[in-house]
Amino acid sequence: MAERLSNREGIKGMANPTRYGIERFAYWVQRLTGLGLLAYLIGHIYETSTIVNGKIAWNQMLELTQTPQGHILLTLVIGMCVFHTANGIRVMLGHGGIGVGKPGQPEYPYKAASLNYKQRLCIWVSIALAALAMMYGASVLFGD
Amino acid sequence: MAVVAAKPSEEPKSNTKITGQTNTITLRISRSNPSEGQESTFAEFQVPVQKWTTVLEAILYVKQNFDHSVAVRYSCRQASCGSCGMKINGRPALACYTKVSELNSNVVTVEPMNNFPIIRDLAVDFKQLISNHKKMKPFIIREDSEVTPESKEFIQTPQDLEKFLQFSYCIKCGLCNSACPTMATDESFIGPQGLAQAYRYVADNRDKGKDERLKVIDDSHGIWRCHFAGSCSHVCPKGVDPAMAIQLLRGYMLGFRK
Ligand code: HEM
Ligand code: SF4
Ligand code: FES
Repeated sequence: MAERLSNREGIKGMANPTRYGIERFAYWVQRLTGLGLLAYLIGHIYETSTIVNGKIAWNQMLELTQTPQGHILLTLVIGMCVFHTANGIRVMLGHGGIGVGKPGQPEYPYKAASLNYKQRLCIWVSIALAALAMMYGASVLFGD
Repeated sequence: MAVVAAKPSEEPKSNTKITGQTNTITLRISRSNPSEGQESTFAEFQVPVQKWTTVLEAILYVKQNFDHSVAVRYSCRQASCGSCGMKINGRPALACYTKVSELNSNVVTVEPMNNFPIIRDLAVDFKQLISNHKKMKPFIIREDSEVTPESKEFIQTPQDLEKFLQFSYCIKCGLCNSACPTMATDESFIGPQGLAQAYRYVADNRDKGKDERLKVIDDSHGIWRCHFAGSCSHVCPKGVDPAMAIQLLRGYMLGFRK
């Protein structure tokens, strides 16, 4: 049957983090932060490459980035980086079959063992670490 | 019947609580016939329900009393055949296994499952699911699998059995595939249902067909497309936990697990 009639959810459905629990939310944030970090990396290479144009160009770029908006952006990057790394380690271990529970006899109400408290705890710890790092980063960036 | 006016404090907090008495809900059924070019619209029906009324029973009430043309697939009415998967108030679930009372809402909306072609109304096409399931070679592969008068049974310990038992409970309802974020965008993805079944046989120590199966799933639209978002396991009505099966299988393929 034509894909047009397939009722496939598409990107909107893929990117909807509000259903299916915190694991789906973490999946969504991992993608978003991955793309955010990629954008930052490209921007960062552009920013630092101004040094080949000499000291004046470099200093002009620094003036541009060392503004309150620049600091907010960097704080966000810190948060994205910490969440992506911490949650990324959870995801990589999970992909290797580590920490996803043990098969057994399913019992009503059939709670899935792979959606266990260790997984949820790791997601919350990733969020907490990101928040802490952002607070510390912001205090360094904005404090004088 | 004597009616005793309830004191305000005794009134139910919301009108969504469904007690032993009959309550009336609004059942919104998505009607569509895409192959005839008919876009989806919602038909609304007032349906009496009791504490134990299932969503499937509410739909059948509509068919019996208001509009028998509503297309819905069901058979066992006891979460065994895997026919009645649909989106109930936005989430994939079995209509026969979901009580109206557990939805805590006086409005129940039923739609066809996502990521499957719609045949009509609530009935979706399982061709892709079944063909992907078959690609997993869902049977024990070994030279001597034909039982002859001389052959003995294949002995398995309870521990051997536990390695695959839960995955063999799959009823092919497709709820996992409709919740999966990869399935939402990749039309060639095998899907959690098929991948979990591949592991069901890989983990069975009577089976000798691992290599054949692994060749099928070691594909760019195969197991590596899983991001472990866990949504499949969230909606599975049988405790199969496809997300676990997929990660264990990937761990096996990567050499982290035996
Ligand atoms: C130690 C650091 C990092 C770790 C442990 C890590 C881990 C991961 C993992 C496990 C995934 C796959 C998630 C999934 O399967 O859904 C992923 C996705 C991704 N990462 Fe990273 N990553 C790191 C750093 C970075 C950096 C620095 C960038 C950007 C330059 C980046 C960009 C991405 C992108 C674009 C994706 C794709 C998102 C997706 O497909 O869901 N990552 N990362
Ligand atoms: S794994 Fe669960 S949700 Fe998926 S088809 Fe089988 S029974 Fe249905
Ligand atoms: S009718 Fe068989 S699973 Fe619902």
